[in-house]
Amino acid sequence: MNWASSLRLVAAEEFLSVSGLVLLLVCAWAGDKSARLVTWLAVAALAVAGVLVAPALCGGVFGAEASAFYGQYAADSFSSFAKLLIYGAAGASLLVAPGFFERQGGYRAEYPVLALFAALGMGLMVSATDMLTLYVGLEMNSLAAYVLAAMSRSDDRSPEAGLKYFVLGSLASGILLFGISLTYGFAGSTSFDAIHTALVGKMSTGSLFGLVFILVGLSFKISAVPFHMWTPDVYEGAPTPVTTFFATAPKVAALALTMRVTLFAFGMQAQAWQQIVVAISLLSIVVGALGAIGQGNIKRLMAYSSINNVGFMLIGLAAATPGGAASMLVYLSIYVVMSIGGFVAILSLRDAEGNSVEKIADLAGLSRSKPGLAFVLAMVMFSLAGIPPLFGFWGKFVVFQSAVAAGLVPLATVGIAASVIGAFYYLKVVKVLYFDEPADKVVGSVDGVHAVLLYGSAIVISPIGYLFTGWLGGLAQSAAAALFHAA
Amino acid sequence: MIQTLAFYLFAALVIASAVMTITARNPVHSVLWLILAFFNAAGLMILIGAEFIAMLLVIVYVGAVAVLFLFVVMMLDIDFATLRAGFVKNFPLGLAIAGILLAELLFGLGAHSAGGLVLGTPDAATAPAANVPNIQAIGAVLYGHYLFLFEAAGVVLLVAMIGAIVLTHRQRNDVRPQNISEQVKRRPEDATINTRPEVGGGVKL
Repeated sequence: MNWASSLRLVAAEEFLSVSGLVLLLVCAWAGDKSARLVTWLAVAALAVAGVLVAPALCGGVFGAEASAFYGQYAADSFSSFAKLLIYGAAGASLLVAPGFFERQGGYRAEYPVLALFAALGMGLMVSATDMLTLYVGLEMNSLAAYVLAAMSRSDDRSPEAGLKYFVLGSLASGILLFGISLTYGFAGSTSFDAIHTALVGKMSTGSLFGLVFILVGLSFKISAVPFHMWTPDVYEGAPTPVTTFFATAPKVAALALTMRVTLFAFGMQAQAWQQIVVAISLLSIVVGALGAIGQGNIKRLMAYSSINNVGFMLIGLAAATPGGAASMLVYLSIYVVMSIGGFVAILSLRDAEGNSVEKIADLAGLSRSKPGLAFVLAMVMFSLAGIPPLFGFWGKFVVFQSAVAAGLVPLATVGIAASVIGAFYYLKVVKVLYFDEPADKVVGSVDGVHAVLLYGSAIVISPIGYLFTGWLGGLAQSAAAALFHAA
Repeated sequence: MIQTLAFYLFAALVIASAVMTITARNPVHSVLWLILAFFNAAGLMILIGAEFIAMLLVIVYVGAVAVLFLFVVMMLDIDFATLRAGFVKNFPLGLAIAGILLAELLFGLGAHSAGGLVLGTPDAATAPAANVPNIQAIGAVLYGHYLFLFEAAGVVLLVAMIGAIVLTHRQRNDVRPQNISEQVKRRPEDATINTRPEVGGGVKL
């Protein structure tokens, strides 16, 4: 191993940690007055980190030339695809934070710094090619996330959400760590490469237990059923910009991590984890769709929607083929844009006193008072339901296509049938927006950066998005190929 | 010979001080007996050549954990008499748990002597170098092979620290903290004035 080349490969992480430290000093000296400035600088740092990782994706690098620090870290095309999504999502959710927290009374300058460190941890997660890197990255992201969830002082639900997330998250980390230690015991190494070569043929009971525990820990992080209980509470309780963050960046990181662990580290044991992934995915689709029906709070609805969507993405993983992995990445990218659009729209819903409106009933007749906002929100709902011609349809389409190509026809059939149940509650929101008697609760206006993000994501999920399918599919394929180079 | 003697000395002292830990009437004495048990366990570790774990026991358990216990015991007002009250009542339960632990131990030993589990072969990258003290071997792995993760773990701790401060620290306006530099900067001429009040006129402040 060459230290110089290793240090060059982790350039984005180095840059993010140094800028995080510098910004921490800025907020220590300048206090909360500097919060807005620190936010913009953090977004700039994320943009620079994005530029640093982009060449690896365009060049499609993988294998030995992307491997750093004795194979503990990989700066390959897969990780840079995920990192670009993560940095973009983290940047977008940082941009909407100052306005929200200033209305709530008190924007803390540490908020962007913690988000920056969370993004650093997520970068480690998606680049992890060693169980230890995986765990360190996961903890870095989780610790920052617990604090972000509990950050709002004016709302009692926020500390509650933070505490719930912390207790359940620590339990999941413990289970994951137990699985890692079992796998280490039976494979003799923590490196993904070595696990890949060691675990061939029939799996011993011990290593199977290790695999199951690892999958349980990771399912918690991607909030897949049956480890999803925390999601609605945390999404509802956390301040909305934090929810925007949770629904996008960590989801990308955890799913990408799950992909690398299953497809690469346990790549020779596909038949062992495939049935687990199929079960988790079907449960997530059904429970996500049924659970959302009774929800009266739009943030809780989005939480169930994210559970539902994770289920669809896992169908791509269940295929266990490069095509399945690429389709997951395509779905993930579209999902991130849809979530950002949806949450920015939710952030723009404010009553006369400037408080957030979160009850779905209060949105009645929004189309008459705020036609633009209602239109984008309806578009996000249609897109999440996967109704053509919106871009959300394309994500579901490629996932089902890859499942059918891999011979998982029953899974795809059940998934398509269950997506109809999901369409019900999305359409219910649209019905409230357009056909109910106006409640005239929402008066706030969409301004500045919110408008840019809102209409920007609306353009991407509109049929215009189909212009990107070739380009996005090509990038996703080159990224997915990096996972299968050893196979 | 001396090793055997040392082993029996340390082992006997560990058991004796462990017994004293749970039987001592005074909780502070219990913690002190616990510290003695830790020291003797460290001695046992040195005997088997694990000097790093021995140091860890002394530094972490004696230096931090036991002192923390001592603080807790001395600061909290716990009535240990009531805590002990259910001893006879709960004795069968305790015995049952001890029995289960013993059964597990025997089961484990049985499984081990029957051939044990087939584990993976440890990879050579982190295998201990021969003829090197284990502190040196751990150092080489920690600061060489795993340097990147060591630094990353440092960032995790930093995040935890920032988090703890962000969640608990707040600016309070109802307290008047000491500002040393303001106090040092203050000169007598800023604080005292000489006036010559007229008779019966009083002083205007």
